[in-house]
Amino acid sequence: MSTRLATGGRLLNRGRQVTFRFNGKYLKGLEGDTLASALLANDQMLMGRSFKYHRPRGVVASGAEEPNALVGLGTGARFEPNQRVTTTELFDGLQAESQNHWPSLDYDIGAVNTYLSRFLPAGFYYKMFLFPRAFWKHVYEPFIRMSAGLGKAPTKADADRYEHFNATVDVLVIGGGVAGLQAALAAGRSGARVLLMEQTAHWGGRAPVDGGTVDGQPVEAWIATAVSELETMDNVTLRLRCMGAGVYDHGYVLGYERLRDHAPEADGPRHRLWKIRTKQIVTATGAIERPLSFAGNDIPGVMLASAVRDYAVNWGVSIGDRVVIATNNDDAYRTAITLKGLGLTVPVILDARASGGGALADQARALGIRVENGKAIAKVKGGKRVTGVAICSQAGEGGVLDVVACDAVAMSGGWSPVVHLWSHCGGKLVWDADQAMFRPDPEKAPTGADGRPMVIAAGAANGALDLALALADGDLAGRAAAQASGHKPAAGKAPGAEQQIEAPIAPVWMMPQGASYALRSKAWLDFQNDVKVSDVQLAAQEGFTSVEHAKRYTTLGMATDQGKLSNINGLATLAKSLNTDIPSVGTTTFRPPYTPISMGAIAGEARGDIFQPLRRTPLHDWHEAQGAYWEPVGHWRRPYCYPRDGESHFDAVSREVKQTRASLGLLDASTLGKLVVKGPDAGRFLDMLYTNMMSTLPVGKCRYGLMCSENGFLMDDGVVARMSEDTWLCHTTTGGADRIHAHMEEWLQTEWWDWKVYVANVTEAWAQFAVVGPNARRVLEKLGGMDVSKETLPFMQWAEGTLGDVPARVFRISFSGELSYEIAVPASHGRAFWERLMQEGAEFGVMPYGTEALHVMRAEKGFIMIGDETDGTIIPQDLGLGWAISKKKEDYIGKRGQERSHMVNPNRWQLVGLETLDGSTLPDGAYALAEGTNANGQRNTQGRVTSTYHSPTLERGIAMGLVLNGPARMGEVIAFGKTDGTEVKARIVDQVFYDKDGVKQNV
Amino acid sequence: MSEPVSALNGASFEGLVTLQDRGPTGMITLRGDLAAPAMAKALDKALGLTVPGIRRVQPAKGVSKGQAAWMSPDELLLILPYGQVTTVCTSLSAALEGTHHLVADVSDARALITVSGQDAHVREVLAKLAPVDLHPAQFGPGDFRRTRLAQVAGAFWMPEAGQINVICFRSVAQYVFDLLSAAADPAAPVDYFG
Repeated sequence: MSTRLATGGRLLNRGRQVTFRFNGKYLKGLEGDTLASALLANDQMLMGRSFKYHRPRGVVASGAEEPNALVGLGTGARFEPNQRVTTTELFDGLQAESQNHWPSLDYDIGAVNTYLSRFLPAGFYYKMFLFPRAFWKHVYEPFIRMSAGLGKAPTKADADRYEHFNATVDVLVIGGGVAGLQAALAAGRSGARVLLMEQTAHWGGRAPVDGGTVDGQPVEAWIATAVSELETMDNVTLRLRCMGAGVYDHGYVLGYERLRDHAPEADGPRHRLWKIRTKQIVTATGAIERPLSFAGNDIPGVMLASAVRDYAVNWGVSIGDRVVIATNNDDAYRTAITLKGLGLTVPVILDARASGGGALADQARALGIRVENGKAIAKVKGGKRVTGVAICSQAGEGGVLDVVACDAVAMSGGWSPVVHLWSHCGGKLVWDADQAMFRPDPEKAPTGADGRPMVIAAGAANGALDLALALADGDLAGRAAAQASGHKPAAGKAPGAEQQIEAPIAPVWMMPQGASYALRSKAWLDFQNDVKVSDVQLAAQEGFTSVEHAKRYTTLGMATDQGKLSNINGLATLAKSLNTDIPSVGTTTFRPPYTPISMGAIAGEARGDIFQPLRRTPLHDWHEAQGAYWEPVGHWRRPYCYPRDGESHFDAVSREVKQTRASLGLLDASTLGKLVVKGPDAGRFLDMLYTNMMSTLPVGKCRYGLMCSENGFLMDDGVVARMSEDTWLCHTTTGGADRIHAHMEEWLQTEWWDWKVYVANVTEAWAQFAVVGPNARRVLEKLGGMDVSKETLPFMQWAEGTLGDVPARVFRISFSGELSYEIAVPASHGRAFWERLMQEGAEFGVMPYGTEALHVMRAEKGFIMIGDETDGTIIPQDLGLGWAISKKKEDYIGKRGQERSHMVNPNRWQLVGLETLDGSTLPDGAYALAEGTNANGQRNTQGRVTSTYHSPTLERGIAMGLVLNGPARMGEVIAFGKTDGTEVKARIVDQVFYDKDGVKQNV
Repeated sequence: MSEPVSALNGASFEGLVTLQDRGPTGMITLRGDLAAPAMAKALDKALGLTVPGIRRVQPAKGVSKGQAAWMSPDELLLILPYGQVTTVCTSLSAALEGTHHLVADVSDARALITVSGQDAHVREVLAKLAPVDLHPAQFGPGDFRRTRLAQVAGAFWMPEAGQINVICFRSVAQYVFDLLSAAADPAAPVDYFG
């Protein structure tokens, strides 16, 4: 059983006990524990169930690579699934639930899948569930969803806050082990701006556990000295609990800082996402030990040799009294020596190498430990925990030579450098056959904007596993990074440590090498996704020879750990099955993030009120106070209508329309785009942008214009006013303001760069109101200050002056068919001016109206709306707007597009008005039905509804739509299909339903 | 005539730093050939200013006593007391008559928020929102950046240590103020700029 040792645990504060809960059970740990070490100290070896077979699983590693021991952490609004116990720092009140079991961790019904495992081989989804088709949705998928899967999704909104932080540095060092520390020192001493980040809460990485001396002092003392020197440097920033998550183009790196995971009740953001721009990156990310593939290697109690050592040294936890060690390299002997030193028993070290180990092996023997060379584990005995191992020859097929009782197995298949960050942005790897590892190829580093290498790997991440080599490598990397970022490395040399000579590793990808099918189908490669040696072999046999295909077929490396432990073993197994070598199989792609980062960190500050920018007009608060029902228009909110007490939206809209037509209505039109276009070439420029002539517009006059894309499609419309000889003011749609501004700048900057035109977007400088209705003039006359009479200011003219003491521009334009003025006043006077209008309009029963009343009134007048009548496939000619297209102009944007054969096809649907025979309102988007069906068996169509409203003025439904040969079919009745299968009949009519002669607006 | 009202109407916030809406502030977009003698003359005559260098504001001191900020190779933003805008616009237009230029009063299209406090904290708050190198070696008094603040366009400059003036569009003034307030959470110092 696993337990806390009486002494040791360099990271523990034995003086402070911490209480936590696991699956509802109260347990005690110590300050400094991880959840993993605390659970082990309580003999909680079983921590979860596997993904597919629901096999009992315990912790296998001690760090970020942990595949098995995932839990749901926290409760309610602070619940988060799939958290690794190895990277979870223990705190008082922590609550964790194990995952993927029912009804309980100890007794899990899903474990029956283990017995079905021969029916759930690689690719079983693809094979088993093809037929019958309907079974997938109703039988297979619900079953798989029930039985497979890890954590549960949270059900409440996240209670925490998150933030981003932008930092720019010369050298970013990722990883605070000895190589990273030395790299930061070397770079820092050159004067470069350095950021050093370490994902755990401690500096030094593995070195304090593995031991050794640096410059004559224990490595732990050297680490402390290095950190304090770094802390004194003004140009160096140190961050613990901050992971390098991803390396992107041009030296952009994401760092993931966990500020409050270890103290969730404290104030402040939980995570901070660092957005780092750096000239050089040093990846000192260490290495990960590989498991060995033998039968039963997933039974709780089988762990990585380094993890067994970590738990003992860092947290004073013994995994078992009797630990069998299986290895193919010398490093695992350190575990044996450590355990022996703590008074624990190592019954045997099984060294797969026939020639055995080097100096460390001698040391182990000298301690009296039995060492068996050329031996392997045939299988591990036990269910929910290890009870013993059967020993065989590595060279054989698994014939059992001996059985040794034990309660834990420490395995080591060698070390894989953490090359993830090196690889994210294109760094290539080489296969180092001597060390049996992929390591960064220094000749093929990721390159930055200048084509030069931007990442340097250092230490174990570069294949320098030995302490002395790692320090020297870190020093070199720090200097090189400083130099590449424009700094002169300081004099001095790397700290000295004695290199430990180790016997070479023997690549062991299966244990024993000739394992039978029965053994191979119990030898796990990917613990988290339940992929075994036999699965990869089957994939190879079935033709999945590419590593990327085999990965997806077997799901190897596709779990939340992204195969940190399994990838190399998996591709080595694949290589062997394909009878080829490892480099020619290659690795799968390493993608960010290194380990999963929270969604909250990605969102940063963007939640609640600042989830998205909300654009407010100067009247926003006024609208809100009136109880306006909002319509989102881009990031703006515009009042849809202003319902009064108990009034429906429909009734409110009707009331607003009727009162505006009868007397006086006001609309907040401030969101309309306003672009000033000025310069000697402005007229010529606008003639190119609009389909009609703008250069000929006299000063003081307004003209409606259409703007098309290069392909001829109508993209925006609005009224253009000529302000002076060389200045025009272009109104755009609300959504068009920024888009059309960008459109203008693009043409000016890329095509007509020599034209003298300046554009300024002054949309927000003005509050703009439509004053509409028969009494519009009278209310303006009450304000006084400008002559707005028919004679002085006729339709489609504008004037500037002072209206009611406020500087104003008055545009005599109408989108409603009524007598109408649009008045622009400085935004800072908008609210006051509007309130004056309301006050002066009271005697006329003035009513504010919203966007829906605006729509209804424009539809009654047959005016088109960008986004209703247009959808990116409509040209002005489709809408009967040929009158707004200049025939005289040689060119305008979209002209040639509109001459394409498809655009001049007389069978393009054309805009008409539609009047239902029964007076009902047509459904929006409804299709006009034609005879017969198409090749897909769908009903043929001959048109569609683009705008449809109930007209309070006419007291009936009115609509516009695009209909085949529509204008030539006036008076014809056609049918529109409804979603309930019925049809509604409508007559094709003129699209202008109200005041066709324009008498009302022209008074 | 009614008094001009800024979008934030004088709002303020105390946290890691202090936020203060500056109220109505004059701002003029001036486009033209920045290297032309006419431009130098016009600026000098209208406001007694010279053309600022790239990504600089000048003079650094003060908030609205009259400053010119570099916006692009052919654009300046002039910042001045609200009441002087009309006069200055007229003066500029007259001085630049005959040259290709644009003068637009954008005072009411913008909001101006002052962020002040400990220099390191002021830098930190902005660094949470803008992809700008705010290290003192790279950004100091007189420096101006046209950038983004989280999801919207923005600009800021440093008149003196411990203060940054933030400009954004009027419609998103509340959003930017809320962003800055969140970034100025007293429990969220980064301790990055010393």
